[in-house]
Amino acid sequence: MAELTMVEALNLALRQEMDEDESVLVLGEDVGVDGGVFRVTEGLLDEFGEERVIDTPLAESVIVGSSVGMVAAGLRPVCELQFSGFSYLAMHQLESHASRLRWRSRGRYGVPLVARMPYGAGVRALEHHSESKETYYAHTPGLKMVIPSGPRNARALLVSAIRDPDPVIFFESKLAYRAFREDVPDDSETIPIGESRRIREGDDLTLIAYGGMLRRTLEAADQLAEEDGIEADVIDLLTISPLDDSLFTESARRTGRVVIVHEAHRSFGPAGEIMARLIEKSFYYLEAPIQRVTGYDIHVPFFAREQAYLPSADRIVAGAREAMYAR
Amino acid sequence: MPREKINIPCEIDHLSILSEDGEADEELVPDLAEDELLRMHRSMLLTRRFDERMLSLQRQGQIGTFAPVSGQEASQIGAISALDQEDWLVPAFRETAAMLWRGTPMAGILIFNGGYNEGGRIPDDQNDFPIAVPVASQLPHAAGIGYAMKYLDDDRVVMTFFGDGATSEGDFHESLNFAGVFGVPVVFVCQNNQWAISTPRERQSKSKTLAQKAVAYGIPGIQVDGNDVFAVRVAANEAVERAREGDGPTLIECVTYRLSVHTTADDPSKYRSEEEVEEWEARDPITRFQSYLIDRDLLTEDDIESLESEIKDEIDDAWDEAKATMSDLGDPDDMFDHVYAELPPYVQQQRENREASDGEDD
Ligand SMILES: Cc1ncc(C[n+]2csc(CCOP(=O)(O)OP(=O)(O)O)c2C)c(N)n1
Ligand SMILES: [Mg+2]
Repeated sequence: MAELTMVEALNLALRQEMDEDESVLVLGEDVGVDGGVFRVTEGLLDEFGEERVIDTPLAESVIVGSSVGMVAAGLRPVCELQFSGFSYLAMHQLESHASRLRWRSRGRYGVPLVARMPYGAGVRALEHHSESKETYYAHTPGLKMVIPSGPRNARALLVSAIRDPDPVIFFESKLAYRAFREDVPDDSETIPIGESRRIREGDDLTLIAYGGMLRRTLEAADQLAEEDGIEADVIDLLTISPLDDSLFTESARRTGRVVIVHEAHRSFGPAGEIMARLIEKSFYYLEAPIQRVTGYDIHVPFFAREQAYLPSADRIVAGAREAMYAR
Repeated sequence: MPREKINIPCEIDHLSILSEDGEADEELVPDLAEDELLRMHRSMLLTRRFDERMLSLQRQGQIGTFAPVSGQEASQIGAISALDQEDWLVPAFRETAAMLWRGTPMAGILIFNGGYNEGGRIPDDQNDFPIAVPVASQLPHAAGIGYAMKYLDDDRVVMTFFGDGATSEGDFHESLNFAGVFGVPVVFVCQNNQWAISTPRERQSKSKTLAQKAVAYGIPGIQVDGNDVFAVRVAANEAVERAREGDGPTLIECVTYRLSVHTTADDPSKYRSEEEVEEWEARDPITRFQSYLIDRDLLTEDDIESLESEIKDEIDDAWDEAKATMSDLGDPDDMFDHVYAELPPYVQQQRENREASDGEDD
């Protein structure tokens, strides 16, 4: 057991999986000598050598496209895209091939690749370094979209992603990369992809969040307990797609009031799908309109205003009060 | 059916005019008026000092991450100075020298790097594109502007800048190919500064030069000493003239070096040696040009001293102006500006709700 940041925990997952399975390799821009711009792949080159830790030319399409080829021949590539804002250059390979090869080849070729990428705002970065476009990938059949919220679940989910038979898009919150440490067990552990988790119990209200917004949501839950005596059930989605609606359905039926938090844009964002599921499955249990606390329908502004764009604990509290008291 | 050789141009010129110690091959020196030479020198020096100031402002937490340009001043000034003011500039993200030459205010650049979108406003009298962060993504735009110039029978030309790393992206190849097929008036300026973050030039391409990639697209390509402002200028003059005459695009590879960090978030000691940096410091484009100008009595040590203090004042003023502007830019609701020509009603509603809740939030 060691206290690790999310960066260190992800590094541990890669190291252990590479150690265990020679078919696992890492490729991307600056992942070798530099250890990745966020240092997630630090030390892997020394340990596993150039053939398994590949500093590629600057070309996202071939990073993902070559990975599609590698998996057909039995390798398990873990691609790093330097920022999710540059993953669109690989979108074509992800949508047109990674998501479809199993289907197109009638099961002959699965595509067990992982595309890791940092996402999200809050670290005073440049344009294209702050967005949260999980919807693009969650909307694509055949892809899985995973977003851990802390060191321990990041490690466990990355191990699952590497072992998963299908392509997994793995978003890593820059806000959570180094913000806090957690105990991470030395021995490998997994969390099933497609399973959400309850991380705080309450009967008054259901708060649903994931990734970089989880901690703010927990802060808001504490504030609601303290100031309003409201006890919130907090659910960490962990996987966006395939969406696990069992836990939040159970919770919503119990509390009747739901707030969904994400930093992705509001319109057509994951909250829209979650609301649709709630309406389909829990309509008669709802006591108030479902609230969404999200990024606005604008590009993430440059860093001086990014906190105004992001949902704050205060905005989440305000959304919760709306769900609790609105008539 | 014999196996035959197909003749394709397979030699690439390498041009170098001004040596590391400021000796020039007078035959090749471009014919430039004295005030033009001095303006080029001043721009290069201003860029260097501005870069240094931004680095220190960033280290003090006053501005955010940015990409320093030190070492590449000759590549940019040599090229951009070949344009007319009405021509088009399509930059990447490290084009501070070219942007300053065009007239982009330093205060604007500081505001941009200070985290405010307002700093990115393109002045009305500059036909310049905004900074493009996604590598090579600006090159198709240059090709498109070039197409439009041709279509509109407009004799303005387009110059676009990018790095060695950019030549690995599809956008680079698609743009050169498009530009070649349609013969558009575009000058593609590749600043091969040897590194793409930690990835060395040799890892981007097995080809001996980047200039030779032009051959595959049937357009002229040339490699120049990118720390030699004359060599760059000569190549740029030829390319601009070719474009203006309707003879299509050119690829120029400037062999240069990024003397500083990739961006302020980068630690170069992880991937390159001090000795390598020192080797390139000895080839500094500014000192080289300065010795030439001093040798020709176009500049004296005293001139340089007063120029330095003038430049320092100019940068001080720009920072004062930027700070004053930024302190007036507090209103976060401005982040809703310019996303659409007209905000859709529900986004307008988001803006109003935000405004209304602002008091409680903060
Ligand atoms: C499409 C894309 N991928 C990755 C990045 C991250 N990134 C920013 S600059 C850079 C290296 C660029 O190298 P080069 O083209 O040589 O330009 P230089 O930085 O040397 O000026 C990378 C990988 C990006 N901005 N855009
Ligand atoms: Mg470069």
